[in-house]
Amino acid sequence: MVTSLDPRIRRADLEHSPASSGLNPNEHWDTFAIFHQDKRGTAHEFVGIVHAPDPEMALVFAKEQYGRRKKTVNIWAVRSTDIYTFQHKDEDMFSTVPEKTYREASGYPVRKRINKYLEELKAMRHKPVEEEEEA
Amino acid sequence: MYGNAYIENDTKLVQSAQVEDPEKLAEFEARIARGEKIEPDDWMPAEYRRQVLRMIEQHAHSEIIGALPEGTWITRAPTLKRKLALIAKVQDEVGHGHLLYAAAETLGKSREAMINDLLSGKSKYSNVFNYPAKTWADIAVIGFLVDAGAIVNQLANAKGSYGPYCRALERICYEESFHLKQGYDAFVALATGTPMQREMVQDALNRWWFPPLMHFFGPPDTISVHTEKLMRWKVKMMSNEEMRQDFMEQYVPKIWELGLTLPDPKLKKKEDGSWEYTQPDWDEFFRVINGDGPCNKERLAVRRYAEENGRWVREALMNPTIKHIVPYA
Ligand SMILES: [Fe+2]
Ligand SMILES: [Fe+2]
Repeated sequence: MVTSLDPRIRRADLEHSPASSGLNPNEHWDTFAIFHQDKRGTAHEFVGIVHAPDPEMALVFAKEQYGRRKKTVNIWAVRSTDIYTFQHKDEDMFSTVPEKTYREASGYPVRKRINKYLEELKAMRHKPVEEEEEA
Repeated sequence: MYGNAYIENDTKLVQSAQVEDPEKLAEFEARIARGEKIEPDDWMPAEYRRQVLRMIEQHAHSEIIGALPEGTWITRAPTLKRKLALIAKVQDEVGHGHLLYAAAETLGKSREAMINDLLSGKSKYSNVFNYPAKTWADIAVIGFLVDAGAIVNQLANAKGSYGPYCRALERICYEESFHLKQGYDAFVALATGTPMQREMVQDALNRWWFPPLMHFFGPPDTISVHTEKLMRWKVKMMSNEEMRQDFMEQYVPKIWELGLTLPDPKLKKKEDGSWEYTQPDWDEFFRVINGDGPCNKERLAVRRYAEENGRWVREALMNPTIKHIVPYA
């Protein structure tokens, strides 16, 4: 016998409500990945998931769960089954060549090359004189 | 909010540990020792998966059930500001439940299955929510001290090894600090108010200190091989007693400062800095966790009622082609 302090619960007459048969598989629907944007022009960031029957409801739930406190200007919802991903265990596929400075501006020391050239040039200008003296 | 209502049941688990690949296990333990997080698609021992899943699931249930005693008082909050704060807090708690169910789902159990285990009584939640909130002062004590206990527990767990749980806790802890502060504010308002208000808050404090708050972190741990392993795997981050001591160290002085008392004549800080206190009745702790507390039946009956009466809405929205998928993160 439930004798609650809460009048609303007493009114609900829990004793005579049907026994719960439990939730069926998928009764809480699919999951959607939620991407949150806190400022116009910045990237949407993955913040978590919601369970929802369709994308519209996913946005409604995401607004409550991920947009109720922090600054929010926009939210994306993407059905989890629509995300295609590599496996983390295959992450070695990204280590192709160990040295990738050839893709970086810093991999091209142009000034060093110029300085070396100018020094050689300077040395060349002195060289003929030395040769004359020797002759 | 949450407490360590965490009951160990060793026998099956010890057996499952024996069949793990020793090389993979060593690499797994080395990763944890280096402070790396374990992610859903990483290899993990079956026992780790079970333990982490059970812990997160119990935590999620505690958030959902924890919304009930406080939700009762929303309609009777004494001012508009207190009502706004309480609505926001209760909404956060339900949100915490969702975040935690999502973290648990990454380990392969569906949310429907978790809720069914809650409704059938198979899965546990924190004992603290099986006690009634009799007056508005109870809501102040819950917001202040139960959430304070939850913060001690959750800050420790946030340094654990399972990535999705740590990330959920990061956000949860941020919101808990608001829960604690609004509870403290309501508590202080009563403690510094009229004689009748002071009497109310003292009465609530007396009822909540023994047993719910003193039970909150669970009985002192027996140091078993099992507990040591949970600590090595960074599933359990602090012993129950360490958390209780931390809680008393932070909050007993804040209560005494207001001239309020706690119903434990033995309670005092010892010279070594630790707190002496009367052991609560641990038999009652086990009775309540096994279903025989003042509000267990009501809490589960309300949850079942909500599931049954919400079913037609879910069915109306149901798309028959939907298939369950384990979320990536
Ligand atoms: Fe809380
Ligand atoms: Fe919470």
